[in-house]
Amino acid sequence: MSENIFEVENLSLHYLGRFGDKTHAVTDVSFNMKQGEILGIAGESGCGKSTLVSGLMGMCIPPLYPTSGDVRVRGESLMNRTVEDIRSNVLAQKVSMIPQGAFNALNPVRKIKDIAADVIAAHQKPGSSMKASEIYERLRSRFDLFGMDTDRVLNSFPIQLTAGERQRSVIGISTLLNPQMVIADEPTSALDVSTQKEVIKMIFDLLDKGIFSTMIFITHELPLLYHVADNIAIMYAGEIVEKGTAEQVVKDPRHPYTKALMGAMLSSEKSQRTRKPVAIEGAPPSLAKKIVGCRFAERCSFARPECKKNTQNIRMVGDREVRCEYAQ
Amino acid sequence: MLSNKSIVFSAKNISKTFGAGKKITTAVNNVSFDIYDGEIISIVGGSGCGKSVLAKIMLGLYGPSKGKFHYNGKKITNLKKHWNDVQSVFQDPFSCFNQFFTIRSQLEDAFNILKKKPSKEEIKRRVDEGLLAVNVTPSDIEGKYSFELSGGQMQRMLLARIFALRPKVLIADEPTSMVDACVRANILDYLMKLKEELQMTIVFITHDIGLANYVSDRIFIMHDGMIVNSGTPEEVLDNTRETHTLKLLDDIPEVHKKEWIKNSHRSKNKEAS
Amino acid sequence: MVKLLKNLLKSPMFVIGVSIFLITLAIAFLGPVFYDVDTNARDIVAGPYAPSSAEHILGTDHLGRDYMSLLISGLRSSLYVGFVAGIIATTLGVFIGLFGGFRGGWVDEVLNMGTNLFIVIPSFVILVLISSAVKDGRSLTLIGLIIGLTTWSWSARAVRAQASSLRSRDHIALARINGASSFTIVIKHVLPYLLSYVFMVFIMQISSGILSEASISMIGLGPLDSTSLGIILNQAKDNGALSDGIWIAFLPATLIITLTVFALYLVNTSMEGVFNPRLRK
Repeated sequence: MSENIFEVENLSLHYLGRFGDKTHAVTDVSFNMKQGEILGIAGESGCGKSTLVSGLMGMCIPPLYPTSGDVRVRGESLMNRTVEDIRSNVLAQKVSMIPQGAFNALNPVRKIKDIAADVIAAHQKPGSSMKASEIYERLRSRFDLFGMDTDRVLNSFPIQLTAGERQRSVIGISTLLNPQMVIADEPTSALDVSTQKEVIKMIFDLLDKGIFSTMIFITHELPLLYHVADNIAIMYAGEIVEKGTAEQVVKDPRHPYTKALMGAMLSSEKSQRTRKPVAIEGAPPSLAKKIVGCRFAERCSFARPECKKNTQNIRMVGDREVRCEYAQ
Repeated sequence: MLSNKSIVFSAKNISKTFGAGKKITTAVNNVSFDIYDGEIISIVGGSGCGKSVLAKIMLGLYGPSKGKFHYNGKKITNLKKHWNDVQSVFQDPFSCFNQFFTIRSQLEDAFNILKKKPSKEEIKRRVDEGLLAVNVTPSDIEGKYSFELSGGQMQRMLLARIFALRPKVLIADEPTSMVDACVRANILDYLMKLKEELQMTIVFITHDIGLANYVSDRIFIMHDGMIVNSGTPEEVLDNTRETHTLKLLDDIPEVHKKEWIKNSHRSKNKEAS
Repeated sequence: MVKLLKNLLKSPMFVIGVSIFLITLAIAFLGPVFYDVDTNARDIVAGPYAPSSAEHILGTDHLGRDYMSLLISGLRSSLYVGFVAGIIATTLGVFIGLFGGFRGGWVDEVLNMGTNLFIVIPSFVILVLISSAVKDGRSLTLIGLIIGLTTWSWSARAVRAQASSLRSRDHIALARINGASSFTIVIKHVLPYLLSYVFMVFIMQISSGILSEASISMIGLGPLDSTSLGIILNQAKDNGALSDGIWIAFLPATLIITLTVFALYLVNTSMEGVFNPRLRK
């Protein structure tokens, strides 16, 4: 199985403002994923991560529009299709999303089992109707994998669950139909460290059991990505600035932005403890204007005068991609 | 070493319960501690451990159900007087400002709490000072509303408010949990700056023991409403056998950890590669 | 404020709604300037069902009263009832909803129970009962008052939901440790968030007031001191205009009610989309 399961080719997305102004939230993003790969995408808030997620699912709901490029799942393009088409033919089965706020994702007045049953019912083949008890059994056998009190969780309203149980239920529901691709958009950012670990453990369990195998995991926590992802792409101001294996990107970053991100991290390890985390001063450029030169130049501690003039393209440094012509 | 410092907060066997009868829940359970002048104390624990309730007790928003809680040796009775001295920054920067008024006017509103309210010019000068302390040029936020700023910028505004107001004590209730790693480093810097430059006593609430270690003089680990471990960062991080502390340490995903999640094919693959 | 208006004017729904409503207002208040309107509706000017003429544009009704004159004064009365009912229902609803939602605790529970009680009791039934009990003094103002006092409950519920979701926002906590009093907090930190909402509730209450009045008058329990659009319909019904197919007796009044309510509905819906404080800039 070495063919690409997920291909993103020069994807650019923009928001159309009320006065015809465009904000280019995602610019020229390309990557391929093989079966079984976990790709981590990291960057500060506002770097275009969440917009990219919409684009990767083909869910360009106005004011978001695709500018150019293509997204393919097993060769099937998701671009320029109607939202209804994507909803009924792609979501949940081919590409599924795990959202950040579990609370907003679950209808507060319905029990977990009803929300989950809807997903099954909505994607049944016409003619084959499952009995309620059959659906419940199917849910039970799936939720049993999650290490929770299955019957209680399924028969609860979202508000009766703890944050961790809610997030695990959301993951359970999103992966109910064994999707080929899972996109997790900051699934643990709102959780404390211990709950975060439980949720990641559950995702690993699902991977181990073959419920799904290919995943994009989005977060701003690079150390977390190091443990979760095989490969990591770093996003800045709508572009991927560095992409390589988790080992390469986290332990030996090459792009100045990745270096700066790692510098802002803390460690509780004894030898690292007194190292001062260094914040990156300044803010990313506004994407509503045309940007000349390197997008990170304003905040880059290695910037040279010509950086503000020369647009940076992805180039290979060793076997990784870096968007900086001076990176070694 | 702290014996010559005066005690700011003192808690003796305090508990806080909510509800009544069968539905009673204990958020803080028989907790005792002293916090000294000029310290940075971190209260660390998972969600629901009672750390936020404890913060609200210190802020005077809740009274303890049982036990004695004193600020400067006295019970908190007059809240407005209490807030002259004890102020707070909150967790969610997005909901901290009223979107119908400018950021600046809301920073200036903070001075309403002071018994001796400074003159208008003095307030303006101090707000400018506060903004500069968090590396924001005052003219940059002139006439701006909260929805024009990012979460990180708003969290800075909340700290600017503290730098301007200069309370004696700051209760920082998870100010880092909803912001990016970069902004987080900034916030930690500012907390330390508040301590060093303004000799502020700071209570820092967090679920990340790594952050607590970096800024604190002492750490309290909370679990199920109780303080299960306390001491200097070295004592708490290095020489402990206390299970909850070890779990909190173990749960942080850090790069140096070989196998963060055990017994999964995924993490084993990682180690092999 | 100017920006907001500009945004509103960009919405076709708003422009159409406001235009229709302004036209009805103009007919109601400027009509008497251009047309000889008899507000007491007593002058018999021609024979019953006289056809339209230069003097009487829409002809006369079954008694021989000028129909156009009746419509204009009827519209005035209907709008008046709508505003009285709207102001009372909105004020009451906002006050109760805001107080309960912001205070929380047992105060909220008691008020919420009262609100729900009013929601489940069909207000129209109360309206009928009170109207039939008050035989002599059934004035236009009283009808408006009764409508207002029976329909406030759902605006209270809407406002309460909004207010209690605001209560847990950190900016309220911040205002409190800034030393703001509860009154200041409500006025400065809660009400602005609800203002657009309150205005929309007000508009909906006006239109429901107009409709309630038309319904109560239609069944013969309307005001005794003036002519409203509902009374015109009631008289048309009582005199067999419906079965005899005398459309001029009921169609214009029905049309005016429908258009006014529709216009208010359009304004309300378009505002929902535009009345977002984030768009002020």
